Amino acid sequence: MDAKAPRKKLNLKDRYRHLTRGLEWDPSYQPREKIYPYIEYEGIKIHDWDKWEDPFRLTMDSYWKYQGEKERKLYAIIDAFAQNNGHLNVSNERYINVLKLFIQGVSPLEYAAHRGFAHAGRAFPGAGPRIAAEMQSIDELRHFQTQAHTISNYNKYYNGMHDPGHMHGRVWYLSVPKSFFDDAMSAGPFEFMVATGFAFEYVLTNLLFVPFMSGAAYNGDMATVNFGFSAQSDESRHMTLGLEVIKFLLEQDPDNLPIVQGWLDKWCWRGTRLLSLVAAMMDYMLPKKVMSWGEAWEMYVEENGGALFKDLERYGITMPEALKTATIEKEHISHQTWATLYNYGAAAAFHTWVPTPEEMDWQSEKYPNTFDKYYRPRFEHWAEMEKAGERFYNQTLPMLCQTCQIPMFFTEPSDPTKICYRESDYKGNKYHTCSDHCKTIFDNEPEKYIQAWLPVHQIYQGNCGGAGLEDVLKWYHFNMGRDNMDINGSEDQRNFNMWKGNT
Amino acid sequence: MSKVFIAFQTNDDTRPIVEAIMADNPGAETEEYPAMIRITNEARLVVKRETIEELIGRDFDLQEMHLNLVTLTGHIDESDDEFILSWENN
Repeated sequence: MDAKAPRKKLNLKDRYRHLTRGLEWDPSYQPREKIYPYIEYEGIKIHDWDKWEDPFRLTMDSYWKYQGEKERKLYAIIDAFAQNNGHLNVSNERYINVLKLFIQGVSPLEYAAHRGFAHAGRAFPGAGPRIAAEMQSIDELRHFQTQAHTISNYNKYYNGMHDPGHMHGRVWYLSVPKSFFDDAMSAGPFEFMVATGFAFEYVLTNLLFVPFMSGAAYNGDMATVNFGFSAQSDESRHMTLGLEVIKFLLEQDPDNLPIVQGWLDKWCWRGTRLLSLVAAMMDYMLPKKVMSWGEAWEMYVEENGGALFKDLERYGITMPEALKTATIEKEHISHQTWATLYNYGAAAAFHTWVPTPEEMDWQSEKYPNTFDKYYRPRFEHWAEMEKAGERFYNQTLPMLCQTCQIPMFFTEPSDPTKICYRESDYKGNKYHTCSDHCKTIFDNEPEKYIQAWLPVHQIYQGNCGGAGLEDVLKWYHFNMGRDNMDINGSEDQRNFNMWKGNT
Repeated sequence: MSKVFIAFQTNDDTRPIVEAIMADNPGAETEEYPAMIRITNEARLVVKRETIEELIGRDFDLQEMHLNLVTLTGHIDESDDEFILSWENN
């Protein structure tokens, strides 16, 4: 790989110590609290910043060396992909819609994470966490750039990927991921680190990247596999940072425990709700499926998260109730989410479809307790409607959850035939939430969540381009009839098959 | 019992790493996925520089693993010679 380097004089631990210790000085002409204004108000107590340890002990020279090597590998593959019409090697045209959802919904989160970690890094008085946050901030910017570059090769040929930055701040289903990071970034620096570093990166990110990348590999998308793996190679470091944050906070002062537990409860739920989109993607959008959402949940959350929270018991941390609720819901959410995206397919910048009979059989096998009983009849009914020339598009805008901003379609954990509604009263207004956990989050910080920019409310208030669907889509920068509607009959489908020479 | 795991991209760089891990961790198991291999073990998993160097016939810096790492769990203890994943309360 590399030419043999002369043995370094210092060992790994010493090199890391020199990077992260003894860099501080005591300010003399400004009080410390003016230099680090955000470090006290969350109530977290830190006594010794030097107790921070980054287990990977990556020094700056190694960081740049390995990141440079990752980039060279990735861009060689992206070039080869573009030179060889790699977009025509994917399993079929349905697959490409995964990438639309990714560039619209996930890549902007990488950019948000870049900003968030830059801000958090600035806020910490300790050099150890500051350097870790700095590296992660640079990583996240790299992820955003590599994803934009990779997916730009698809944007040349397919619809819906032309203006993700504009869409991300406006479109109804994209307010779900956007609000997640806006919520985290507008919290204090410690909460931000727990929210993204631990709850999202450590507990949940495996569910996003690992099956997604294996899915891309299985569906012939060489370029995406490689940006994904290139990003994921950084994620291992981020996850480790997330776990380190938790240990550091809990070891510094016993008073930190209830605050950290509260953040875990909140952010594990926020993250789980956000991943409903990934659940739908895994179970419905990948033409060739690697594993089901339910299986991934068992592997990465029940088994691995179980081990993690058992380990953290020694600090007094307990597994968040949110993850237990999500475990009950694991056999439902992908079906409910996809059904909703299908319903509102006229207002989405990706295509939707009814699963094929073979895919429905796969669902029955993977979800023996729920699919045939609750969801198959609905999809079969929609397939019949489509066959009769009456493809179903919902004409009414849905009510959104004030906290997670997802349309209120999730069911009661104890009754999958009943939609779950919760409401809170605050200063003379009613606020609606989709679950006990979203209600608790709202009730704990109502002043924050009453400011939520809810796309449906905004449309009804006349702030989104006009009253008709066409006006709103124009304001979203969607091309009516090209970016939206069913995959069947779409321009993407016609082009893909024509270029492939399929009849 | 709590399991730890580590996953790598499936490629030429990682084959000897996986082989070394399997040699150094009796009882460890591998699972193959498209483009990815995952190794799990009860409670603890160690990656030894020396074992990898014997297999590839050159010096190896354990941080080269970063290039092909996909995911892992457990507490990490890394030195120049060993990279250890473990759960403390299993």
